[in-house]
Amino acid sequence: MILRLALPLVIFVLLGALLFAGLGRDPDLVPSPLIDKPVPAFDVPRLMEPGQRFTDGNLRGQVSLLNVWASWCPGCRVEHDVVADLARNSGVPVYGLNWKDERSEALRWLRQFGNPYAAIAHDPENDVGIDFGVYGAPETFLIDAQGRIRYKHVGILTPEIVQRELLPRIERFKNEAS
Amino acid sequence: MRKSWKCLAAVLLGASLAAHAISPMEFDSPEQRERFQQLTEELRCLVCQNQSLADSDAPLAQDLRREVLEMMKAGRSDQEIRAFLVERYGDFVLYKPPVEPTTWLLWFGPGLILVIGAIGLAVAVRRRSRAARQTDDGPLE
Repeated sequence: MILRLALPLVIFVLLGALLFAGLGRDPDLVPSPLIDKPVPAFDVPRLMEPGQRFTDGNLRGQVSLLNVWASWCPGCRVEHDVVADLARNSGVPVYGLNWKDERSEALRWLRQFGNPYAAIAHDPENDVGIDFGVYGAPETFLIDAQGRIRYKHVGILTPEIVQRELLPRIERFKNEAS
Repeated sequence: MRKSWKCLAAVLLGASLAAHAISPMEFDSPEQRERFQQLTEELRCLVCQNQSLADSDAPLAQDLRREVLEMMKAGRSDQEIRAFLVERYGDFVLYKPPVEPTTWLLWFGPGLILVIGAIGLAVAVRRRSRAARQTDDGPLE
């Protein structure tokens, strides 16, 4: 008798726990299938020096970060200080992928907010973005010294994310290389 | 609420870029247009995630449609085009998820629950009718 009464309650509690656990998760996030894969081959002009190229070769030889940004992206403005701080203090270069942006607009944005990037790849037609599986801005990729994508953050970078997710991995990947 | 704001922003942005960004799609044949329509209806827009690639106005959807058409014109098969997108965006880009051990619960779960429910119902009905028959066989019968 008690078992028959308890069973619906048990099922309810289990279901409730399952759904509660799901509340904190972001349904919009798309996990990247490119983790642990080498960066895709690409060759585009640099934003700052259009006569020079930025290629996948620039992402090999040291641990680096690739930050996808655009002048029309409000989240990029929000995370700008965090990105600048990373560029100064993380010990690894932060490269920019200027995504689906007009060069003049991008340059204006950099003049206004400052340029934290070691170099910026200009991808106005979303040729590189598609190969990296970019589906919005900002996004940030952490790439190891062999040029493999090891971690991707979708959305605005915060100091917490940097502390918790990026810095420990940067340390780990730097030690792998040596 | 968050998702529909992002979607709205994406569509408005797409509309504002319309002056130079959208070029009408040029198909080589009606068969190609038909095939393109079919395929893009089975792919997901990753920005407006409840819409198909065929329906979405988001700028990324325009880019991916352009990419799909270029690949079709270059002679790639539907399977190759799907593989290209899954390689970059994962299985989520397919509107119809593949049948694999990780998605068995998704595919067969509802059917399974239906069967369990039907069995439970049958057992409950049989139990009740047995109890009713027992009270019928009373001394007054």
